[in-house]
Amino acid sequence: MSAVQGWVDTFRAEAQRLPGAKLPWLAGARARAIERFAALGWPTNKLEKWRHTSLALLAQQEFAVPPVDRVDLAAGALAQLRQGAEAGHWLVFIDGQFAPGLSDIGTLPAGACVDSLAGALAQRPERLEAVYGDAEEGESPAALNLALAGDGAYIELARGVAIEAPIHLVFVGGVSKGTQLVRNFIVADDGAQVTVVEHYIGRDDATSFTNTVTRVRAGRDARVTHLKLQQESAQAFHLAALDAVQARGAYFASHSLAFGARLARNDISSRLEGEGGEALLNGLYHVDGKRHVDHYTRLDHNSPRCTSRELYRGILDGTGRGVFTGRIYVAPGAVKTDAEQRSDSLLLSAGAESDARPELEIYNDDVKCAHGSTVGQIDETGLFYLRSRGLDEQHARNLLVYAFAAEVLARIGERSLRSSAAAAIRARIPGGQLLEALA
Amino acid sequence: MSTSTEQLERFLKREYVAGFETPIEADTLPKGLSEDIIRAISAKKGEPDWLLEWRLQAYRQWLKMTPPTWAHIHHPPIDFQDIVYYAAPKKKADGPKSLDEVDPELLRTYEKLGVPLHERARLAGVAVDAVFDSVSVATTFKEQLAAHGIIFCSFSEAVREHPELVRQYLGTVVPPGDNFYAALNSAVFSDGSFVYVPKGVKCPMELSTYFRINARDTGQFERTLIIADEGAQVSYLEGCTAPMRDENQLHAAVVELVALEGAKIKYSTVQNWYPGDENGVGGIYNFVTKRGECRGARSHISWTQVETGSAITWKYPSVILRGDESIGEFYSVALTNHYQQADTGTKMIHMGRNTRSTIISKGISAGHGSNTYRGMVRVTPKAVGARNYTQCDSLLIGDKCAAHTFPVIEARHPSAHIEHEATTSRIGEDQLFYAMQRGLSAEDAVSMIVSGFCKEVFKELPMEFAVEAQNLLGVSLEGSVG
Repeated sequence: MSAVQGWVDTFRAEAQRLPGAKLPWLAGARARAIERFAALGWPTNKLEKWRHTSLALLAQQEFAVPPVDRVDLAAGALAQLRQGAEAGHWLVFIDGQFAPGLSDIGTLPAGACVDSLAGALAQRPERLEAVYGDAEEGESPAALNLALAGDGAYIELARGVAIEAPIHLVFVGGVSKGTQLVRNFIVADDGAQVTVVEHYIGRDDATSFTNTVTRVRAGRDARVTHLKLQQESAQAFHLAALDAVQARGAYFASHSLAFGARLARNDISSRLEGEGGEALLNGLYHVDGKRHVDHYTRLDHNSPRCTSRELYRGILDGTGRGVFTGRIYVAPGAVKTDAEQRSDSLLLSAGAESDARPELEIYNDDVKCAHGSTVGQIDETGLFYLRSRGLDEQHARNLLVYAFAAEVLARIGERSLRSSAAAAIRARIPGGQLLEALA
Repeated sequence: MSTSTEQLERFLKREYVAGFETPIEADTLPKGLSEDIIRAISAKKGEPDWLLEWRLQAYRQWLKMTPPTWAHIHHPPIDFQDIVYYAAPKKKADGPKSLDEVDPELLRTYEKLGVPLHERARLAGVAVDAVFDSVSVATTFKEQLAAHGIIFCSFSEAVREHPELVRQYLGTVVPPGDNFYAALNSAVFSDGSFVYVPKGVKCPMELSTYFRINARDTGQFERTLIIADEGAQVSYLEGCTAPMRDENQLHAAVVELVALEGAKIKYSTVQNWYPGDENGVGGIYNFVTKRGECRGARSHISWTQVETGSAITWKYPSVILRGDESIGEFYSVALTNHYQQADTGTKMIHMGRNTRSTIISKGISAGHGSNTYRGMVRVTPKAVGARNYTQCDSLLIGDKCAAHTFPVIEARHPSAHIEHEATTSRIGEDQLFYAMQRGLSAEDAVSMIVSGFCKEVFKELPMEFAVEAQNLLGVSLEGSVG
């Protein structure tokens, strides 16, 4: 069902059963979206944006929308995640469907709404209409998402409301041949503050397909922090889009921790639409085996006096492949823009591949923009130093790999997020447990 | 600031000095492109059959291709049937035997352009091959070069005199079907320069070609092939101008460099095709494919370019680093003013062991100019120990211009070491203020800051060219300073 026609057929069969199918604006948008997807098909690397990642392989796969209930798996995974984490707000989704029995939304301040998308579509459809998104937005997988996604999280904060503890969204997929289509919304009104974590968890051997879109709207002086942890099987396909729009003085941070999949692609973008906005795009990826991860990031400086900082680092092992594109766009009139971008990758084995495209597109002379990109390997002098201090070679190497990653982790301001991100990295890199003491 | 801005604008609006047309009779073929035209070009040049066949194959490939659309440039579609593909100054039956036989009108043209074509050339110590529209009109210092076994002649002459060399190397670096414009060039190329430096010879003087588009409605499609045999060294300079006209003229050249073991080729370009007027009317469309191959171990190819002319520049001088320990370099200054558009950069393809490449690119954008650096560094899976250093800086002058940087970095070997840096900034008011309070005029201050910005590239140019490049930059810079 991954051939384009298969999805179109699924849409015909399922459209009436999707949450919100009765809402005329939504039904119309979904119909236009599937039309656009059918017209565009899966992107191939003939397209400049997909030069290093082809979805041809995905198009050959067969996926079904699975009816199976995977509560046990999810409960186990959830227990593991919550270990040591403070109470917070937990929403669990199984194969893209909200699982209220496993979730624990907790206590929320007045003016905050945390619900499933299906719930929100039933309760407050008029609020969703404004933020739901258009069929023309994003790449063709985003159009497929708009057409077929029926659930996800809906988070809305009224003016000045702050939620202290992070909101955790846990997406448990991983049924073999399973599909999860998820659409999330984070809408923060002026001055509101929220931190959202998206965990994607799969089973080790499953060939599953995840297609997710998260839309962030940050009002004046709002602060939104987003952390994504993608931990799926080496056979999984993961396509994700994160789109933020920032009003005057708004702060938005995105931290993406990705461990790849058979094919994982993250489109991350933020539009700075008001003066004095601040964006932070931060990413760390580790791929081994035959995993492939692609981050396509875009920052649109559309207003004066905005600042952006971007750092992406990749650790590439096995025959893994890491792709990074960072585009910074500065509109005419966006004076006093200050944008800095850096991407580094560490190649650990023959057969690993790193592709980087740091791009600047500037239509204005009153700017300060810079990017830097490096590809390299473990520093021999650093290794020598550590060995002279008595570490064996393997441990010295592991320590240096962790140190490379740590610079990205250090940019995660929220302590609890930083430590869970660090734990995820340590669980991943060889000899990571021994580094526990350093955490 | 306003008075200094006015002064600057005056200074910047200086005219294009090479914009005259030489009234000279030309022998041209009718407009348009077909197999018959290609046969006619080939016949006029008295080419062997294999070359005609090669052209026709390229033409057939070209017919199946479409113009590339990925570059950051905008122009109305080019009507390839509305171009004269061959224009030659009319001459006596067999062409000039020596400089004395060259049409004096032509010689005056080159004199006006400052090309040291005549015996003055001896003083400059530069051997010149001058190409006027489609044909090469004169090559100086031939005998001295021949004494060293160096072949430096027009491409047509090389086809006649050294067919085996041409046949061995033509199209081996830029295959006929490489891209749309290279295929077009392969089908219709009219002339260009040919250089062969034999084993172990260090070329005793700079070689130079001067290209000029003169006739109306013509395109220029020159083809240059430079071969440095084992241990040979050569430095080659290229300069270009064209008359001022309202319509756009097409220039689609192909340059191929081959460096065998231990050889070194240095290729420098000062490109000053007519850029169009201040409203963006007219100017040359410059779609050029330049590529060098470091075929042997320890070979070295270095590109230096100063791109100040053309309405559109689409050009990516590249190096294929096939030989072990070979070195590729790219130094570039690209300036766009008024409505000029430049999409230029390089590709460094690392294939051999322990190969190194350096890329220094300086883009200057003023007026409504748009300047794009597009580059690729690729380390293939067998390229052990590859290193690259890239620096691309953009300088913006005025709030209507644009500067873009689109590099691609592909590393497929764990020993690869790649560093890429890019910055974008403008001439700061504080810098200008400082220079002016020290007594410099606004234009001198801008000149000084701009040449400081370009210094790393200018120092790579041969002396004669460095002076010319500095002057050109001064002339071409017409924009506002904020």
